[in-house]
Amino acid sequence: MSGFWQRRRIPLAWLLLTRQPARLAVALAGIAFAGILMFMQLGFRDGLFDASVTVHKLFDADLVLMSPRTMSSIGMAGFPRRRLVQVMADADVVGTTPVHWNLLLWRNPETRHTRSILSIGFEPGDPLFTDPSLREKAHVLNQLGRVLFDERSRPEFGPIGTWFRQGRTVETEVAGKRVRVAGLVALGPSFGADGNMLTSSETLLRLMPNTPPGSIELGLIRLRNGSDPLVVAERLRQKLPDDVAIYTKQGFEEFEKNYWRSSTAIGFIFTLGAAMGFIVGCVIVYQILYSDVSDHLPEYATLMAMGYPLINLLGVVAREGLLLAVLGYVPAWFAGQGLYALVRNGTKLPVYMNTDRSVLVFVLILAMCMGSAAMAMRKLGDADPAEIF
Amino acid sequence: MPSNLLAPTPRSAAGEPCVQLQGLNHWYGSGSNRRQVIQGVDLSINPGEVVLLTGPSGCGKTTLLTLVGALRQVMAGSVRVFGLELNGSTRGERQQLRRSIGMIFQGHNLLRCLSAEQNVQMGADLLPDLGYRARRDLARQWLRAVGLEDHLGKLPHDLSGGQKQRVAIARALAAQPRLLLADEPTAALDSRTGREVVDLLKGLARNQDCAVLMVTHDPRILDIADRVVRMEDGQLMDSGHGERLWGADRLPDTGREAAEG
Repeated sequence: MSGFWQRRRIPLAWLLLTRQPARLAVALAGIAFAGILMFMQLGFRDGLFDASVTVHKLFDADLVLMSPRTMSSIGMAGFPRRRLVQVMADADVVGTTPVHWNLLLWRNPETRHTRSILSIGFEPGDPLFTDPSLREKAHVLNQLGRVLFDERSRPEFGPIGTWFRQGRTVETEVAGKRVRVAGLVALGPSFGADGNMLTSSETLLRLMPNTPPGSIELGLIRLRNGSDPLVVAERLRQKLPDDVAIYTKQGFEEFEKNYWRSSTAIGFIFTLGAAMGFIVGCVIVYQILYSDVSDHLPEYATLMAMGYPLINLLGVVAREGLLLAVLGYVPAWFAGQGLYALVRNGTKLPVYMNTDRSVLVFVLILAMCMGSAAMAMRKLGDADPAEIF
Repeated sequence: MPSNLLAPTPRSAAGEPCVQLQGLNHWYGSGSNRRQVIQGVDLSINPGEVVLLTGPSGCGKTTLLTLVGALRQVMAGSVRVFGLELNGSTRGERQQLRRSIGMIFQGHNLLRCLSAEQNVQMGADLLPDLGYRARRDLARQWLRAVGLEDHLGKLPHDLSGGQKQRVAIARALAAQPRLLLADEPTAALDSRTGREVVDLLKGLARNQDCAVLMVTHDPRILDIADRVVRMEDGQLMDSGHGERLWGADRLPDTGREAAEG
């Protein structure tokens, strides 16, 4: 403790910042703005990737069959359904579910406007999702022309959830054919689809009469407990023809994320947006610190004349950078939380503050402030103690 | 004034001057733009001696002060301060030496973001062996010594010009210097405060063996000088006591009174 009191000095960096409240407020607003920009861009990017697999995560599957021509969930190609029969020959496979996956036009029953909706067709008796509540609702799809509507879909699809809970009969058109909403599920939209509906394969094929018979878009495979999905996937690859691709469930999700990450400009755009926030922040902090050093140059020169080494004064500027980083990060974090909630409510995208992103943005803000401080330090070289007499 | 501030300290090695200038030359610019500002200056200042440096504007007084204060690189000649030869010295050596030298500037150069007490404590913070509270107490004592005990928490912009100058003086003295360089320290002070300040400096010199080299045009303070050195065109013209050097007829009224008093 005595060592602390021995070393304790006037908190010059803190006083330099806080005794100029207007300048400090501008600096913090600038840093917070840059931080918010980074939080939002990185949040959108991660939210996009997470949202792109909202439905993927819910599937009850250890392995997934897809057409090798499939690029992403917004452009699923078909493959022969009999491949699932071949898969059943493997000793580790205990069950399969053929799935139809298409984007169809849904007519908003209130406004009569149409909008693309992700339509998933399956046999109502087959396990589709891991969530047992979804499994229980599937029996209503046995009746032709019935659908389960995703109540987390964007509001442009109409007030389906509200009407259904009010006990109203909700009917509309999908792909120009009449369907009735027989229940509600909660899945969530993604960047590829603003809304989702589940129906039976029979109903879906009626909605898409041109679909080739025996063609499906996804094949869900469930394995015996204790099986290694990677080993089984490799074994199936050797047995099956190359008109199907086999993924583990995690690989299936990664496949989708990779599409958005690499095959589109979206990942690049949001990363670039975050980089822009970083650069804007650097410019703001540099301007603030540079003008601060310039304004106090005679005072720094006085300290040098008194015998303070240059390294001490550089430390003052560095501490100013550190303080600005910490003080600017806090409002950025809270504003980010608020804006994420706003985005979730407005877009239903799963954009949440998480530890990784919180730490990443703090590190970026710290780098921004310390880098700017390092550049502003060069100005200290202009402090000439001989000039102050 | 608190007595402990000016308590006598052991004298340095007897007869050893703390400042020794020999054949000092300094110039600005180069080639046809070269302007000689110091020419062959020889000067010694002993511990505890108060030397006033006078002369017309532009004669090189301030440059001489900055050279002795290790604020400039010596170009030609010898400057020895506390035994350290500054000609050829490193930046680190000069910075370390400056910790032993108190400087009082014509412009007070206080840190605007610091209170009077904190400004003075910046001087005391250079003392390596004192704890935080001791340094703060020292700052308060020096502010009391210059009559500003009621202004500890005031920022420079809340102080008058004279008060700022007194804070600057307290800051220089708080570092417990062995050599004090002052550039017109009483210019912004009224006669009573100016007198108190120079008495303080004289007391410091007498009791702590602190040498004082002061640039001044203020004839009211000639009486504190052990020696007055007159400079013209970069050269030391003559030196002696104030009355002899300036002469009664060359002193303004206030200066004459001071010289006679």
